[in-house]
Amino acid sequence: MIQTLLISVLIMSAISAGLAAVLVVAEFFLRNYGECKITINGEKDLVIDGGGSLLASLVEQKIFIPSACGGRGTCGLCKVKVPDGAGSLLPTEEPYLDKKEIAGNMRLSCQVKVRNDLKIEIPEELFNIKEYSCSCEEIRDLTHDIKLFRFKLIEPPDIKFTPGQYMQLLAPIYEKSKEEVYRAYSIASDSAQKDIIDLIIRFVPGGICTTYCFEYLNVGDKVKMNGAYGEFRLSETDADMLWIAGGSGMAPFVSILHYMKNTGNKRKVTYYFGANKVKELFLLDEMRQFEKDLPNFRFVPVVYEPEEEWNGETGLVTKAVGRNEKNIADCEGYLCGSGGMIDASIEVLKKLGLDEDKIYYDKFA
Amino acid sequence: MNITPQITQAFIVCISAIFTQNILLSYFLGLCPFIGCSREVRSSVGLGLAVIFVMTCTCALNWILYHFVLEPLHLEFFRFIMFIIIIAAFVQFVEMVIDRFSPYLYQRLGVFLPLITVNCAILGACLFMVIRNYSFIVTVGYGLGSGIGWFLAIVAMANIRGKLANDLIPKGLQGPGITLIIAGIMALAFIGFTGVLAGQ
Ligand SMILES: Cc1cc2nc3c(=O)[nH]c(=O)nc-3n(C[C@H](O)[C@H](O)[C@H](O)COP(=O)(O)OP(=O)(O)OC[C@H]3O[C@@H](n4cnc5c(N)ncnc54)[C@H](O)[C@@H]3O)c2cc1C
Ligand code: FES
Repeated sequence: MIQTLLISVLIMSAISAGLAAVLVVAEFFLRNYGECKITINGEKDLVIDGGGSLLASLVEQKIFIPSACGGRGTCGLCKVKVPDGAGSLLPTEEPYLDKKEIAGNMRLSCQVKVRNDLKIEIPEELFNIKEYSCSCEEIRDLTHDIKLFRFKLIEPPDIKFTPGQYMQLLAPIYEKSKEEVYRAYSIASDSAQKDIIDLIIRFVPGGICTTYCFEYLNVGDKVKMNGAYGEFRLSETDADMLWIAGGSGMAPFVSILHYMKNTGNKRKVTYYFGANKVKELFLLDEMRQFEKDLPNFRFVPVVYEPEEEWNGETGLVTKAVGRNEKNIADCEGYLCGSGGMIDASIEVLKKLGLDEDKIYYDKFA
Repeated sequence: MNITPQITQAFIVCISAIFTQNILLSYFLGLCPFIGCSREVRSSVGLGLAVIFVMTCTCALNWILYHFVLEPLHLEFFRFIMFIIIIAAFVQFVEMVIDRFSPYLYQRLGVFLPLITVNCAILGACLFMVIRNYSFIVTVGYGLGSGIGWFLAIVAMANIRGKLANDLIPKGLQGPGITLIIAGIMALAFIGFTGVLAGQ
């Protein structure tokens, strides 16, 4: 009996070990792609070890491709033109590419694996995206789950960005996360202050990066971020503007307001900002100051369910827009915040007569 | 030992495993990927080929294991676990090969590729070959035949579902519902082959 038991365990272990050894050898030969050459825009050659995703390989070489989801294939921002060497389109890419992009060899760089020599084309401006090391200078509570983080750039010591753009913050490996992740955060600081980056971050329970920022990051700590990315910015027209935001969607508008103030911009802006409770409103003093500095700027906070005396707008922010705004066909819409809020806002603005291609937005999830 | 009759027998077993004793349509083994992965012809062909390959090779490997290790040591009761370990390792290997040579297929098969490990058709074939006392050559024929049978069934199903894609199907029957009904009808049709080999 015991003998049988011992023999069976022995045999099983021996066979499993043998199989594992075979697999390790197979892995060594099959997963080894050797060195691959990536040719960028037909002029620059990079030689890298194959096997990783195109996105990760480029980031390793300090070429930063926008990627808000950190390579999970859910944001669709990491598009890169790969005319040669990427193999056939993968099912995970299809949802993010339209027919024109597919015909033009656009690919999601986080899904394409580097298995052989590749040719890629990327816009020159991506070369301007840099990685910055910075130190956290200040952490300020704005509401119970939103904080403002101020970072001072160390190396390179200054940054050029267009107000409305975002940075990708690196959450390092820490107690609750075994991998490094990048997450996108809109810049909330004045672009004239070139050595400072402010981020306004809302805590996502269980979130990798936000947990790091809220529970582990201290003043004086060093972090890395890269940027700036994104097309969300003021248009170059004189049209009146409607801004709608909620929660940390405040961030890019703060930066844009600084910019408008610095350049004496006189465009008419009505900024609807939604919150659930009165105590979830923040930066009110700053907004009142902007109203004084900018002749045509109006800030309209909307509280869904005021828990205390409140004589401003109430209800859903989208409803408040519908109540107050008429004839907005010549306006432009700027939206920032969670996906749900943005979709609802787009519906409302379209109903009020705004053309979809005059609505600009950054979805935060 | 004369092996010609064995080869003949292997051939017959192979043909009957494809048609009259189709592992999917007469034993209903391996249904889960059959339903999950038969939406598109291209991926069903890929999965089917992978199953043929895994089935043939693991039947052969498991035969060797059974007759040269387990039987001499009187560990026959141990075959379930050992067979599964061999299958799992082999699938891992196939996974690496497919990832290397066809990323499209790798992504399309998604979770069904590692799931071949627990595709009961494969374990089923390995156990049948033991119960039926097949010799090595016959076992290889049987594994190959069962694999091809499974392949034919899933590709046929993918083609039928492709034809149905644009038809109106009652809501409650969409997806797995209609697939199971089609599988039943296909199984009936395959019974029709039974007579062909009855003489053997
Ligand atoms: C262009 C862009 C700009 C952004 N700017 C800002 C900004 O200025 N301030 C800011 O706070 N955030 C911003 N975000 C969102 C931010 O990038 C992260 O998605 C968010 O902070 C969660 O990261 P995490 O690592 O903590 O959570 P993860 O570990 O990624 O996610 C944990 C869980 O939370 C869910 N989840 C992810 N994001 C959200 C979310 N935003 N709300 C609710 N649930 C979520 C996930 O589905 C997952 O289940 C921006 C996103 C984009 C794409
Ligand atoms: S990085 Fe988000 S889809 Fe590729």
